[in-house]
Amino acid sequence: MNTEVINPSVINPVSVIEDVATQSAFQHQHAAHCESGVISSLLRHQGVAISEAMAFGLSAALSFAYLPFIKMGGMPLIAYRMPPRFIIKGLAKPLNATFAFETFSKPEAGKERLDELLTQGKVVGLQSSVYWLPYFPEDMRFHFNGHNLLVYGREGDDYLISDPVFETTVRCASADLQRARFAKGALAPKGMLYYPKSIANRSVQPEAVLGAIRKNCKIMLGPIPIVGIRGMRMLAKKIRKLPALSAETNAFVGHIIRMQEEIGTGGAGFRFVYAAFLQEAAALTNRPQLSQLAGELITIGDGWRAFALATARMVKGRDQMNPGKLADLLLDRATAEAAFFVALRDAAN
Amino acid sequence: MNVNEVPQEGNSTLSGGRKAVYAQNDNGEMVIVACPGWEVEEIVTMQAVDTLKEQASVALAGAIAGVCSPLEYWMYEKRMDPGVLAQSTGLWQWRVRRHLQPMRFAKLSPKLLSVYADALGISVAQLQSLPVKSPL
Repeated sequence: MNTEVINPSVINPVSVIEDVATQSAFQHQHAAHCESGVISSLLRHQGVAISEAMAFGLSAALSFAYLPFIKMGGMPLIAYRMPPRFIIKGLAKPLNATFAFETFSKPEAGKERLDELLTQGKVVGLQSSVYWLPYFPEDMRFHFNGHNLLVYGREGDDYLISDPVFETTVRCASADLQRARFAKGALAPKGMLYYPKSIANRSVQPEAVLGAIRKNCKIMLGPIPIVGIRGMRMLAKKIRKLPALSAETNAFVGHIIRMQEEIGTGGAGFRFVYAAFLQEAAALTNRPQLSQLAGELITIGDGWRAFALATARMVKGRDQMNPGKLADLLLDRATAEAAFFVALRDAAN
Repeated sequence: MNVNEVPQEGNSTLSGGRKAVYAQNDNGEMVIVACPGWEVEEIVTMQAVDTLKEQASVALAGAIAGVCSPLEYWMYEKRMDPGVLAQSTGLWQWRVRRHLQPMRFAKLSPKLLSVYADALGISVAQLQSLPVKSPL
């Protein structure tokens, strides 16, 4: 068992969690994104008042990254948020919390450990494959290993699961869950499980919120050519070079939209989640300009949806495939977000 | 996006499930709304699913004709490609590609057969055979 404990500089005395909560007390909450949904549910279960949007924003998880060297089914990874576990790790500092992350080289050990934690009454977060989870709709099952879900109990051979992207709780047979936890390939979960060990701050501090906003602006406006605004511009350049009449072009631009709209709520969705966070942040920090910026981000999110719609119509052949036009739409997004994040950075200073 | 603009047309790939989306209510606040799906998502998801199904059906036809191994069919049927199958089995990709050839597949050791069968989530007997009826 490999244990990794994230422990930010512990200044305050840390209250150790006494897990008195029982299974029945666990509250499932439908969420837009698996990781922010899982961690906010897990924290609420421990008495921290935190919404999904706050978990997402407080960990500075909004992003854009074009990663041509990571392939999914032969296609490049295009992420609209920071990599897996970024949200959970990002919450450790503002909440002055420690989370335990455990991976396993032997699948049996991973199962034993999960059962042990459940017997102790803990709610446990898991990283898993999507493909091997039978409760996913058939057409949604792809070999994607970056999914997150919560296990809150066991009944016979079934695990009781709160998967935040589903409206209600689900069940999964132990053999299936085991397969999903130990799927191999890109982002292989290696049975990853996690749970909070201690949480010192049970409420979100305004200063932490402003710090998270500044950090997120830095990511989006940063110098790395494949990340943030520069990543969008690079992807636009790549799209512009595609031939108009080619099956590969169709597959490539369709894939961009699938990464944007389907895999874990995607581009526009994350912009809306972040807008929800900014509204909360405005109230918490007493800075109404953040609320106004939330409105601007909603407009930007609508632009991402228009980009998705235009692309889907071309993929479907309702409009003629025009890579130049799609590249222009994407560049518009880059320009709008560049101005937005500069304004946001100033508002959070 | 306003709560009234949250797509209601549905998305067959969600099999009746609903996604949580954030939209603005009449007071301008972002709230979570359950969304039965957006056609755009359905189009791009089905595009990906169709590509995988197409690969599986081509491989099935090839396997029936004897130019592809059953392994190639099962690989695509389980939505993998040589890269994912290599990572799932721990074999080198060039070995996986060689094993896709019917001649070499026929000579695979029982141990390698079970490695592939495990990675694909099927039995060795299944791996060595083809479905009676085309799944498409």
